[in-house]
Amino acid sequence: MEATVATETNGKTWSGGTNKPLGASYGKMMMWFFILSDALTFSGFLGAYGLMRFKFIESWPIADEVFTHFPFLHGLHAPMYYVALMTFILIFSSVTMVLAVDAGHQMKKGKVTFYMLLTIIGGLIFLGSQAWEWKNFIGGSYGAVELNDGKIIQFVDASGHQIELEKFAITSHSDRTKLTRDKGVWFMSESSLPPFSIDEVMAGFKANPDITIRLEKIDPVTKKKTIVPRAEAMNYLNETKAVVKGANLQVNEYGKPLFADFFFFITGFHGFHVFSGVIINIIIFFNVILGTYERRGHYEMVEKVGLYWHFVDLVWVFVFTFFYLV
Amino acid sequence: MAHAQEHKSHTALIWKVFGILSVITIVEVILGIAKPDVLHLTKILGTSPLNIIFLVLTLVKAYYITWFFMHMADETKSLRRAVVWTSVFLIIYLATLLLIEGSYINDVLAPLVKWNY
Repeated sequence: MEATVATETNGKTWSGGTNKPLGASYGKMMMWFFILSDALTFSGFLGAYGLMRFKFIESWPIADEVFTHFPFLHGLHAPMYYVALMTFILIFSSVTMVLAVDAGHQMKKGKVTFYMLLTIIGGLIFLGSQAWEWKNFIGGSYGAVELNDGKIIQFVDASGHQIELEKFAITSHSDRTKLTRDKGVWFMSESSLPPFSIDEVMAGFKANPDITIRLEKIDPVTKKKTIVPRAEAMNYLNETKAVVKGANLQVNEYGKPLFADFFFFITGFHGFHVFSGVIINIIIFFNVILGTYERRGHYEMVEKVGLYWHFVDLVWVFVFTFFYLV
Repeated sequence: MAHAQEHKSHTALIWKVFGILSVITIVEVILGIAKPDVLHLTKILGTSPLNIIFLVLTLVKAYYITWFFMHMADETKSLRRAVVWTSVFLIIYLATLLLIEGSYINDVLAPLVKWNY
């Protein structure tokens, strides 16, 4: 009968003896193997992103042109700065986490508490930053039109810079209202109206002789999107199916809908990891305050959540590279 | 090796690693904004030298985070190999196959995409 009773574990050793396989405690080793499997999950996602990017290598959106916003700098073209700031926030919260682990090794409860708190705050700031990044991406910056075959056409001014639809579209004060379920067939509705109708954009385009259009296709020599001379532009615009502003899972003013899909999915999955990391950090933070680990005699639990937190940072390093840099 | 010095503070090392990670990130951002034509428009090993630089810097950052923030340097060699070798091998394997297949699809598909109307 005794044989079926689980042996008591004190958290330091495996049950059944004092030998630790691989020199690690059970919890720490399992955290490492969880991280390994999670790393493979993320590489599956990033690998799928790479597959699709290589598939559409000559028409993929250029990240520099997509993520150009910075808080309080309206209308300024600021590529990379914001995401660099987010990277710093995450690296810094990793530093405070490792300082908490270090203080835990020396059994300094006060320091562990302080550094855990800083880590939680850093995680929350990162989550807020990510929400802001999503908001800008969903809201869009310039607007574009979608052709019947799904291609995105953007508008550029004489100097080749993108130009907002607001700058040239001629509002005709039409009565188009948003379709909701109570107005039409019960299963038909739309989440939002594009800011302009196709006719308004076309009228604006015809009235402004300086404007021309830009294709998704990247010129292999200059690595810039191809600009079509105005004389040929109408051949494309006659095919217009819809006006697009911002990005969602179906359509995306920056180019391939897949880009938005992968962006939402991968940064969303990463953000969910950050969120769960913050929750776990909060739980451990209160345990530290209550003196749980002081009584236990060691702060290994801080070390284990620290491993998870650093892993989240590690994943961000790769997301940063593959979405924003490469 | 590390267990003997477990109770000593590693604060100096932590800040040093933070410095290294910050410098690498700053270099990445500067290169990403400037995109010098020499690095951006030339081609080496199937991509631009700029992309190779970004990949190498990313792996260096990953090394510092894993080794010094996650204390992989202090784990036994067997645990280290179980985690690092497994992930490195499987990820390279997956990435290689997917990227080769991606460019193959592109080779077949790209000529069929109409760009002039």
